Amino acid sequence: MQTQPTTTADLPRHSDLVEERLVRWYLIAACVYLTIAMLGGFLMGFQMIRYNPLAGIEIFSPGRWRMIHTNGVAYGFIATAFLGVLHWVVPRITLHPVLDHRLSYFIFFAWQVVILGTVVGIMLGEAQGLEWGETPVWIDPLAQVGLGLVAINFMAPIRHVKGPMYVTLWYFTAAFIWTFLTYAMGNFIPQYFVTGTSAGAIGGMFIHDLVGLFVTPLGWGAMYYFVPILLKKPIWSHGLSLVGFWGLAFFYPLTGIHHFLYTPIPMFLQYGAVLSTIAVEMVVTTVIVNFFATIRGSTGALRENIPIRWFYTGMVFYFLTCLQCAFQTTLTFQALIHFSDWVVGHAHMVMYGVFSQWLIGMMLYLFPRLWRTDWYSRRLLEWQYWLSAVGIAIMSADLIILGVFQGYMWASLAPWSDVIQFSIPWWALRIVSGVMIFASHMIFMTHMLLTWMKAVAERKQEAASNPSTVAQTV
Amino acid sequence: MLEKRSGVFFIAGLFFFGLAFVSQAVVPILMYRDQPEKTAEQLVNPNVRFQMEDLAKRFPESFKEAFGEIPAVGPEREAWLNQRCADALRIGRKAYTGEACWHCHSQFVRPVSNEDRRWGPVAKAEEYQNELQRPVLFGTRRVGPDLSREGGRRSNDWHAVHLFKPNSLISGSPMPAYPWYFEGSPDKPNKRGLSLILYVQWLGSWLESYPYYEDYKASPLRSPDARRPSPAIAVTSEGGKP
Repeated sequence: MQTQPTTTADLPRHSDLVEERLVRWYLIAACVYLTIAMLGGFLMGFQMIRYNPLAGIEIFSPGRWRMIHTNGVAYGFIATAFLGVLHWVVPRITLHPVLDHRLSYFIFFAWQVVILGTVVGIMLGEAQGLEWGETPVWIDPLAQVGLGLVAINFMAPIRHVKGPMYVTLWYFTAAFIWTFLTYAMGNFIPQYFVTGTSAGAIGGMFIHDLVGLFVTPLGWGAMYYFVPILLKKPIWSHGLSLVGFWGLAFFYPLTGIHHFLYTPIPMFLQYGAVLSTIAVEMVVTTVIVNFFATIRGSTGALRENIPIRWFYTGMVFYFLTCLQCAFQTTLTFQALIHFSDWVVGHAHMVMYGVFSQWLIGMMLYLFPRLWRTDWYSRRLLEWQYWLSAVGIAIMSADLIILGVFQGYMWASLAPWSDVIQFSIPWWALRIVSGVMIFASHMIFMTHMLLTWMKAVAERKQEAASNPSTVAQTV
Repeated sequence: MLEKRSGVFFIAGLFFFGLAFVSQAVVPILMYRDQPEKTAEQLVNPNVRFQMEDLAKRFPESFKEAFGEIPAVGPEREAWLNQRCADALRIGRKAYTGEACWHCHSQFVRPVSNEDRRWGPVAKAEEYQNELQRPVLFGTRRVGPDLSREGGRRSNDWHAVHLFKPNSLISGSPMPAYPWYFEGSPDKPNKRGLSLILYVQWLGSWLESYPYYEDYKASPLRSPDARRPSPAIAVTSEGGKP
């Protein structure tokens, strides 16, 4: 980066780079959507233990809210929170603001329309028949344009970087293109252009690319940014970063069909998907090694530094899910566990255990800086962490073990209702773990409110003691 | 190249994605290009037509309100019923995806895990080359049974009562009730309800082994004109339902 200014006096000021209000809006909106999405999960969870307080009400049908649960987590929480984080990270790392702040605000409101439209559309029974992409077909074009604008808005500062870029920006640059292409591929091609089995292959790619090419690169990009800052030391090995990024870029897109093994999709394509999934696991291992070698010698941070603790917890879960993936994608495992709760356990471990926990960690880092005050209470931070980590560990273990039992019972041709009866206690335990995770999130929301009130009070005090300074926006 | 914007943008972002798209999506598209996509009208077969007329007989008031008066006789009646049948399949599929039925009921039978014993013949590619599989409804989870061979297994009455209140027929069923497909009672399905029942009855109606029963055995009685031994012997030698 030869053109970068050398003295701090030349550096652009933070306030010129980051539109803090927008970051706050995105992060708070994400937390609200996560609450809604979690409540949707509860509705389905309670239905499965045959206790549904809202039975018989069309717009609260558990099936519909199951889709609001998954879409709410993917687009409402994860995408919204990442947009907030990107508005902080990208301008700071490139030292250039985004293309246009007015465009940023337009994207913010357009994205809220997309999410609320999705929720309302699904509640009214307009869901599209595409897993993880049930957004009604009439919202898809708006979401597609929005993703294009997001890419343009953030690629503008990245365009100013000369020469080799830092790891974070490799992941982000790739993520902007991949997300746009993945969304277009998944939502339009199987709906309007191809049918049947080939559409299934594309549907599999969409499910997987949404995690692998949208959430994963944004997540790792953010980890490569936040972890060295918090630990105050560089990433252990730059070479391993290269292996991690390029391995992911090559192998990850090739894995989609592993969602539909033993379907009429040609067998040689299924084998290809299995092999590249196992290759992804090798690549993931290099990234994990790199990050754990980085924290070596600073492990005290896991106890003292709350965001670091969330990040590394997420990484442990990431390694577990990817290791699990390498096994479950083989035909032997698939024969047993496909269609069972194993897959549901896996999905929760990825989407909550890894990416949501990372994003919560990032919020725990960002909010004190956005509000210029410390968190209100250390105790609440600890409660939030432990409820979340233990909750997701119980939930995934419960569902994964249950999936194995279900697989054997189905293969043994046991009557279907016997399998349901067997599953009920396990589903009840899943509700308990869900309550823990929800409690953790409620503690977080309450804690945010308390901290914000503390920040407002501090600003007032400051303004009273020193009337000449202008109170900062809180 | 590996650390520069252009390398990341063009090689990782566009080229690798394109490579995956060609190998994972274009290849199956080309392989199945000789299997043309059928429209809902082309999917109407005698089995599903029978169910359509059965719905008209069982729920005459509801049927008339939903689809209108059936023409009395002749080719007009045939054409009318076929068209209403195709329309109902489309409406039924919309309800099926709108309610996320397919997130608990898969639509494909695998060649492993004894699935052909439980559900019926293993899924074939051509079964999915039609308008009602756009996007395809393979599904990834089975809370309830696979439905791709469900058509004709149970009566329309059964489906109406089951949709209205599942655990009145299957005690302990975790399936939600869908009373909004009925005007107050299971004998009064509305248009969406009739269409959804017809859609489920359509699943598997194109198979030779329709309707597929879990413990299906051919009749042990010899048919009067058969010279060969009854097919029941061949079936029972595989053993019945374990």
